[in-house]
Amino acid sequence: MAISAMETYFNDVAAFLDGALLPGEVYTCMLDAEVSDFVRMNRGKIRQPGTVVQRYVRLHLIRGRKHAEHCMTVCGDLARDREALSQALAALRDMVSDLPDDPHLDYATDVHSSRVVRSDPLPAPEGLIASVLDAADGLDLVGIYAAGPVYRGFANSLGQRNWHEMTSFNLQWSLYHRADKAVKTAYSGFDWSDQAFATKMRGARERLALLSAPARSLEPGSYRAYLTPAAIEEIAGMLCWGGFSGRALATRQSCLFKMQEGAATLDAAVSFSENTANGVAPAFQDEGFVRPGSVPLVEDGRLVGSLVSPRTAKEFALASNGANPSESPESLDMATGKLAGDDALAALDTGLYIGNLWYLNFSDRPACRVTGMTRFASFWVEKGRIAAPVNVMRFDDSVFRLLGEHLVGLTSESELVVSDQSYRARSISSMRLPGAVVSEMAFTL
Amino acid sequence: MATFDAPRLSGRRSPMNESLRADFRHLRCSGAFWSLRAVDERAQNFSVRKNVPQPPATSADRGAMLTVYADGGCGYAATSDLSGPGLQAALDRASAWARASAARSLIDFRALPHVAPRGEYASPEADARPWSRSEWYDLLAAESRDAGLDSRIVDWEASVETRVAEHAYLTSAGGEVVQRYRFVMPNLSVSAHADGDTQTRTLNGYRGLAQQGGESILERFGFSGSGRRIADEALQLLGAPNCPQGRMDVLLMPDQMILQIHESIGHPLELDRILGDERNFAGTSFVTLDMFGTYRYGSELLNVSFDPTRAEELASYGFDDDGAPAERMYLIRRGILERPLGGTISQARAQIPGVANARADGWNRPPIDRMANLNIEPGDADLDAMIAGIEHGVLMATNSSWSIDDSRNKFQFGCEWGQLIEQGRLTTVVKNPNYRGISANFWRSLAQVGDAATVKVLGTPYCGKGEPSQLIRVGHASPACVFTAVDVFGGDN
Repeated sequence: MAISAMETYFNDVAAFLDGALLPGEVYTCMLDAEVSDFVRMNRGKIRQPGTVVQRYVRLHLIRGRKHAEHCMTVCGDLARDREALSQALAALRDMVSDLPDDPHLDYATDVHSSRVVRSDPLPAPEGLIASVLDAADGLDLVGIYAAGPVYRGFANSLGQRNWHEMTSFNLQWSLYHRADKAVKTAYSGFDWSDQAFATKMRGARERLALLSAPARSLEPGSYRAYLTPAAIEEIAGMLCWGGFSGRALATRQSCLFKMQEGAATLDAAVSFSENTANGVAPAFQDEGFVRPGSVPLVEDGRLVGSLVSPRTAKEFALASNGANPSESPESLDMATGKLAGDDALAALDTGLYIGNLWYLNFSDRPACRVTGMTRFASFWVEKGRIAAPVNVMRFDDSVFRLLGEHLVGLTSESELVVSDQSYRARSISSMRLPGAVVSEMAFTL
Repeated sequence: MATFDAPRLSGRRSPMNESLRADFRHLRCSGAFWSLRAVDERAQNFSVRKNVPQPPATSADRGAMLTVYADGGCGYAATSDLSGPGLQAALDRASAWARASAARSLIDFRALPHVAPRGEYASPEADARPWSRSEWYDLLAAESRDAGLDSRIVDWEASVETRVAEHAYLTSAGGEVVQRYRFVMPNLSVSAHADGDTQTRTLNGYRGLAQQGGESILERFGFSGSGRRIADEALQLLGAPNCPQGRMDVLLMPDQMILQIHESIGHPLELDRILGDERNFAGTSFVTLDMFGTYRYGSELLNVSFDPTRAEELASYGFDDDGAPAERMYLIRRGILERPLGGTISQARAQIPGVANARADGWNRPPIDRMANLNIEPGDADLDAMIAGIEHGVLMATNSSWSIDDSRNKFQFGCEWGQLIEQGRLTTVVKNPNYRGISANFWRSLAQVGDAATVKVLGTPYCGKGEPSQLIRVGHASPACVFTAVDVFGGDN
């Protein structure tokens, strides 16, 4: 794959920094950049179309055991960025001079360079959006198309160079029946296919028709439920909120610390791993360490590992496994089960089909108890057949129960769910998840 | 092809703005209207965790968004290349988007005004000398030392984030606005663990202490010495029973009230949600356009204002990011819903008056309807009288958990700190205090509103919304308030 202008620019920045260091200094440098088209839609029309070109350089200067970091926007032309980079280096030098030694500093000293590029061109967004809106003619479509290249680069003064370049798209849309009754669908990837999109839109239209039946309101209580992979993503997302963090486990702030102490387990069918090899996130991290292809986190229902950043490793005398400072999974894999996806409704029999969950939070973190709402296409199912859409319900239950004693089975197929978040920058994290049938799920409001 | 010769604005000039003004004058565009919104924001983060100074992190985030109205469409393009050619390339891209989307645009931008706002805004203490790194590290180290007072304290951190920002807004109609901001956001957090339980206590929530201005915030909130108090409270929670379950009165302190306002008044009143823009992500609203002017949102005691004029509050400003001048407005008065949180574009779509709240979280995201400062006006009850008036209830302070449905109706919130109120007196400390309710009913159970002495001016830098996603600063000022017959419960542990 040819070298992009962004990669050339980053290599030039690294070469410049190599020449600007003083004896005894080490630098690490990250590039976070993207060229993104964002097209926001509502009522089957275009609400806000735009393009964002952004380039951030994070420069980290180390002298002995003293260090500091500066993140800055750059314009992408080294001739014009050179002065700002020099000033940043000088400011860091000044900061580092009066800092105490950091006992938890660690950074990669073995050189492991890498280059991953997947950058096939996408269709022009203007025409693509026109075809999306044409396909939704007559429907109340609302959503977002986000697409374009995302770049991550790492360089250090020891000569390591890592480059990760992905051109991808993520179309997320909802078809509304009325009020809060809607079907949400996602289509993401690297190669746009009109046929694949048409198939997804056809499926969304079919589910939308099911929402026209009168909605049923459920009384609070425990219900048997099937959670789609999209709903399981929300629950797994809560576990990712510090749950697998080496630091949070060591300080007993993780929602999974009871598993670490042996006071709680999940069902033996439940396994989680950080599967960098099959994700879309880069295989290197902020300090230049290379990530293993897979880090087992939960196996057969028992906590067997955690994500340990270099800093946490120093503090708690653990082995680092290439985690970023947040120690949150970026490519979480949940193992599949034995239940064929087509048999999920039959396995549910009578209960709640939950298409999506929404706005989860902990109601008791040490108990791994989580509350949240049902959202989008969720249905009451009777004897394996969809009977009626349901009005939104609040659940409040422990993941130790939902994926523990109340887990009936996991589907044998999993879905790749690519994050649609774009706070500050387009996320490149993903999860691969099955659906789950549970015998009881506690609903409260 | 038209060009724009920008008039000069009197007052302070930064190098960025001088350069932008010159480059803006030379931009070429055939659109009916175009604007440039530039942001230059610098941040410093200092932290001492478990008595170890963490490495400092600083940032400088500079860029601009160009927006064009053409043929009835609107497009934007944002760039971190602030050179003349860089801005021209972004303007061309925005123009292309406007034309390409015009035939399918939800909004006919020919009907919108070509604004020409002129003015300036500056935070309090915008030009005061900021603290040095060593001054910050000394303070944070002292609080950290005091917080790590017991072997059951397993993690603790004292930190601060300071920001200065300059925003410029230039329009082809002659608008020029420069706004300068300064923010100081200190934070204290302590976690204690024993016997299979972990409890965390913070100073008014994570980054709950967030205001405009300088280091004077530290004195206003008694930051010095709080490390020991927070640690002591974390230990008290560790030994406390769970909050009881049942229907009872709750006294919500300001650092929980801000979350209650934010989630169950602020978001449902956002006009873009009501118009459906957010339905694919943040959600819709139980509020509909026909409710404004007549709907009883809460009891007679409920008065809610949009107030961008309160100097120290986090989201005060002179103009929003679409150039609308910001004024204080009532949203709810004596319990009746009066107006939504909707900026110029949403007001035109809904044909209803709103407020100046079109805001972007940076140069690389377009403005959407946001909360800014959303406040509950104080009442006349003093805190002692409110406690004395409760026979069976619980005081809850400092939000720790928040969840609400996509129509902003069914909510469940949790707090760090609870204390029973029995026969008019504060008694036992309880842990994991949670409550749930429905927005449309909850505010009607507002029974007492605290006086001005109970008001705290707080906020959060992390209000998430929008596609693409945005995290923005919002301010909330609130007194303590009493609600009757609330569904209360505790945790499992």
